[in-house]
Amino acid sequence: MIGLGPHGVFIIWAYLGVAIGVAGLIGWTLYDARTTAKKLAALEARRNA
Amino acid sequence: MSLETAPKLNWWNRIANPGQFVIWTKPLLWPLVILTTALFAAGLYYAFFNSPEDYQMGDTVRIMYVHVPNAWLSQFVYGVMTISALGTLVWRHPMADVSMKAAAPLGALFTALALFTGSLWGRPTWGTFWEWDGRMTSTLVLLFIYLGLIALWRAFDDQLRAARVIAVFTLVGAINIPIIKFSVDWWSTLHQPASVFRPDGPRMPGSILIPLFVMFFAFTFLFLTLHLKAMHTEVKRRRVMGLQRRMAQGGAA
Repeated sequence: MIGLGPHGVFIIWAYLGVAIGVAGLIGWTLYDARTTAKKLAALEARRNA
Repeated sequence: MSLETAPKLNWWNRIANPGQFVIWTKPLLWPLVILTTALFAAGLYYAFFNSPEDYQMGDTVRIMYVHVPNAWLSQFVYGVMTISALGTLVWRHPMADVSMKAAAPLGALFTALALFTGSLWGRPTWGTFWEWDGRMTSTLVLLFIYLGLIALWRAFDDQLRAARVIAVFTLVGAINIPIIKFSVDWWSTLHQPASVFRPDGPRMPGSILIPLFVMFFAFTFLFLTLHLKAMHTEVKRRRVMGLQRRMAQGGAA
């Protein structure tokens, strides 16, 4: 690992912030996809019943 | 007319059918995920272990590898939304407004991350987290435009009517993109002028350009992957809304 110099804290926070933001976006996209797919499956099952 | 004699549809018409669009593009998701992951692994390796510090900025130049891709995406995503808005108003393509709606939250997050990383880069470089100059202010305006469009989508029950109204607002908001791009040339600003895409070539050494381009493609493919997944979800959401409406009408009859 390289040394990040006197401003290392800014570099770490920048990467950490981006990692949290991107992870949140991926998580939200997958959660939204899963809940919508579940809702659709339930409605189609009700319609076909 | 039999299946053999039926006129063949071109790809543009085929993807106009939301169900066909999902079937056709679903196999792209995993290759996109693998490519994006590989690009991020390579980009982060270059960013931390295989790129030099800048002779002026020192190690803070490494913030550029996350700041520039996010700043690029903040404008690129709006470009995608602008083309989708034209697709809604001019060609009335059924997938255009799906694309427009799915892209807005992604664009908002990339813009917020561009502002966040920019301010963290600005403090050690310029001595301030924020300055009300042309580039930063116009990017903040872009974030508000994204948030306004997301709020508008949520305000309408009828998504097709919403699409036409929001397409007009999206086109009006597109005026801000050239303002962001040329703000560093038009006004006196702390932000540096363009240093990669210039008529006389990039003003950076290859050792810094390579990690920058790898991260640039990693973030771009991340957007393409998430946008496609969000479009699939939006197609399903509309099917849910359609079924709920039909069931409610059936129950009322």
